Amino acid sequence: MAALGPPARTLRGLLRELRYMNAGTGRPYRDTAAYRYLVQAFRAHRVTSEKLCRAQHELHFQAATYLCLLRSVREHVALHQEFHGKGERSVEEAADLVGLKLPHQPGGKGWEP
Amino acid sequence: MPSGAMWRSCLCLRHGWRRLLNRPPGGPTASVGKRASIPIPFRAYAPPAERKRFYQNVTITQGEGGFEINLDHRKLKTPQAKLFTVPSEALAIAVATEWDSQQDTIKFYTMHLTTLCNTSLDNPTQRNKDQLIRAAVKFLDTDTIWYGVEIGSSTSIMGPSIPTRTREVLVSHLASYNMWALQGIEFVVTQLKSVMLTLGLMDLHLTVEQAVLLSRLEEEYQIQKWGHVEWAHDYELRELRARTAAGVLFIHLCSESTTVKHKLLQE
Repeated sequence: MAALGPPARTLRGLLRELRYMNAGTGRPYRDTAAYRYLVQAFRAHRVTSEKLCRAQHELHFQAATYLCLLRSVREHVALHQEFHGKGERSVEEAADLVGLKLPHQPGGKGWEP
Repeated sequence: MPSGAMWRSCLCLRHGWRRLLNRPPGGPTASVGKRASIPIPFRAYAPPAERKRFYQNVTITQGEGGFEINLDHRKLKTPQAKLFTVPSEALAIAVATEWDSQQDTIKFYTMHLTTLCNTSLDNPTQRNKDQLIRAAVKFLDTDTIWYGVEIGSSTSIMGPSIPTRTREVLVSHLASYNMWALQGIEFVVTQLKSVMLTLGLMDLHLTVEQAVLLSRLEEEYQIQKWGHVEWAHDYELRELRARTAAGVLFIHLCSESTTVKHKLLQE
């Protein structure tokens, strides 16, 4: 069986991910359907006996998988923003890389419309 | 695929996208940036990469076919304009969360569960159960991870030859899963390039992080030896984890045993 750790940790991680997701929107994360479903599922799963219940383990596994999904997507998007999302540099920035500055001509360049 | 059918499905796609976009006849006037004119792509089956978020609320309703997603008052449809229905409530909530978590622009490439559902509903490659199973089992020949019985290791480039019995057992085991679960299984096998790892995930022997690590053993070894490039290694690792996690969750939520368990818990 996969080593998943305590269910409380998985739940905390899931709630944290939900919080990050809803930080951008105005809504509190407790209002979301996902929050309600997860809390209800974890509560119900706690009630069953502590013996090696496969159903319990399966639910925890699914929760851990969902946590991995949320976390990986968030980190992937963050990495994308940081490394791949910037687009092209402007001409000024490109010149600045080697310490040059664009010329400033008050009348504009002769060949521009 | 005969060209006639391809043209028909492309036309359906174009028509379907117009319905999905639900644009007013006048067209958006004050829109900024890329959104001003969305060229409907004529590629076979791919949504545009990014769109502005056009809805406020995402809700779930239950119809006769299963659970449906609503973006404001509009019902979500698949790229082929079918009604988006899923059999499992947990899956519907997860898909709704994907849609709800989009800010400003909708990043379709992060919505793995939605994509998997769309693939299962539309079946754009039009494969039946046997074809899916065969596609998955094909990876058995090149599987580099074994926790197996009769299959020895091999030093030749061709890999070990798989006994027919093993292949038959695997095929019959996979045949016990329904079409949706099989789409998920084939997806995960393609991502991890390993049937064994996928089975390990389905049987709860491995976590997604463990399976992904094992799938990337070669790469991890090279990283430890030669160094680690954040914008490539980390980026691909997160993407592989996300896709695999989505696939595994999809398999579990679409397999019948889950719905039975749900009823047990409600007592």
